[in-house]
Amino acid sequence: MSDMQDYASSLSDVKSRKFETFSYLPEMDRDQIRKQVEFIVSKGWNPAVEHTEPENAFSHYWYMWKLPLFGETNVDTVLTEADACHKAHPNNHVRLIGYDNYAQSKGAEMVVFRGKPV
Amino acid sequence: MAKTYSAGVKEYRETYWMPDYTPKDTDILACFKITPQPGVPREEAAAAVAAESSTGTWTTVWTDLLTDLDHYKGRAYAIEDVPGDDECYYAFVAYPIDLFEEGSVVNVFTSLVGNVFGFKAVRALRLEDVRFPIAYVMTCNGPPHGIQVERDKFNKYGRALLGCTIKPKLGLSAKNYGRAVYECLRGGLDLTKDDENVNSQPFMRWRNRFEFVMEAIHKAEAETGERKGHYLNVTAPTPEEMYKRAEFAKELGAPIIMHDFLTGGFTANTGLAQWCRDNGILLHIHRAMHAVLDRHPRHGIHFRVLAKALRLSGGDHLHSGTVVGKLEGDREATLGWIDIMRDSFIKEDRSRGIFFDQDWGSMPGVFPVASGGIHVWHMPALVTIFGDDACLQFGGGTLGHPWGNAAGAAANRVALEACVEARNQGIAVEKEGKEILTKAAASSPELKAAMETWKEIKFEFDTVDKLDVAHK
Repeated sequence: MSDMQDYASSLSDVKSRKFETFSYLPEMDRDQIRKQVEFIVSKGWNPAVEHTEPENAFSHYWYMWKLPLFGETNVDTVLTEADACHKAHPNNHVRLIGYDNYAQSKGAEMVVFRGKPV
Repeated sequence: MAKTYSAGVKEYRETYWMPDYTPKDTDILACFKITPQPGVPREEAAAAVAAESSTGTWTTVWTDLLTDLDHYKGRAYAIEDVPGDDECYYAFVAYPIDLFEEGSVVNVFTSLVGNVFGFKAVRALRLEDVRFPIAYVMTCNGPPHGIQVERDKFNKYGRALLGCTIKPKLGLSAKNYGRAVYECLRGGLDLTKDDENVNSQPFMRWRNRFEFVMEAIHKAEAETGERKGHYLNVTAPTPEEMYKRAEFAKELGAPIIMHDFLTGGFTANTGLAQWCRDNGILLHIHRAMHAVLDRHPRHGIHFRVLAKALRLSGGDHLHSGTVVGKLEGDREATLGWIDIMRDSFIKEDRSRGIFFDQDWGSMPGVFPVASGGIHVWHMPALVTIFGDDACLQFGGGTLGHPWGNAAGAAANRVALEACVEARNQGIAVEKEGKEILTKAAASSPELKAAMETWKEIKFEFDTVDKLDVAHK
């Protein structure tokens, strides 16, 4: 049995802030991001990209990167937009969304580029 | 031609057995499993059930002639063998919608499972399924908010919600209880839960619990940057007291409260669900007492019927069983009733125990809650069985972690996210479960410790209430 460890998390340590789905896993690499985009596209969901300053991540509304990519099924196009958003806002969280218009909800939402905690 | 009055006892089947009847789209349909007394013909028993659950009594009365009983009566319209059980059979009964008060689950069930269940002509009786016509569904309030609104309020997408029931069930002080909540939430759970029998006992009065729990939620939200909740149990001895507690939860800004719909009763539940709709608060529903009603294969009310009753009465979450944990639940049957909770249209499917098409129209769906004896090793199966629209609740599987609640919560969160990521990649998660968890544990010492703690625990008793299938 592993030795007991302290659970390191606090108000003063900004690294404690999470950002929902997949934020308890290590940051995704290119290949992993691509597979999640493929998943969103395969479900017939509308991909979208959003970003925010990490300190404002709790807000429901992040900044939209352009408009959602309605009907876009090309994985590379979606990845290019996510990259462009990341490049324009390198210190921000960038999240990938799959809008499910039948459920009137998001079928997927995950941060694919992690911003600099402040 | 007017009927004449003739006193005396008529056989039920003369009036209530109508094999040529075609059910109307507006009829409420019921499927009963009947175990008759020896010597009672099938048609007579089926007709008796139709009569006693609708307009009939044991003898003709003159006031029958003051109304149009042919309009109001229940009609037994079909009989079928029960696969694998020669003593019983299914009887199908159609009830005209005019028999029931609009929007009243109470009224429907007072008829359908009222006196008839003590009726001497049947040895045992089980209500297997009910078809609520969309015309009746539209008269009910239903879930206060539903799955989609809850996701939006809590900002949780693309995965199941994670919860935990605080233990020990009874005996903690309010302040220590709040500590247990805080530890779970800061570790990565979305929700924690009052146990069903936590109401307002001398060791922890409700008001103290509510206040400490809300402090725990606020701190965990500030610390993790994620939205959190705790089901504050407002189940109370009287409706007045229940609403008092609900009002205070609202005053504190609680996002979600909870109620026990069977012990609390349908009237209280329906009222509370409407209050929750009006006040923007989510409603978690526990089902204490359900096994008394639904476990015996020949008598009582099947859980799929109780689940429909709850969806009509109103609730945003309902305990559904886990298939894999410590509590009863056959896999196919469970898949059937979790669809009944959350889909908008469910087709008849005898292989899952569903006897009728059920159209819910636009009535919101209910999150099935899988709770009871589950831990990280069950996660691959749970993700496969339940998908994303479920709340997975690990009680002992969080609090029993060797390093405490926060580590237990983190272990569950990592396990869930790893399974969801793998599923999205097209990996057969149930089959590859061990590899997925082992890989995730490489970067999560909390998960590694959890896997070492629970590796050997399994619950492998056979279920008592199985689907009816031929076994000969």
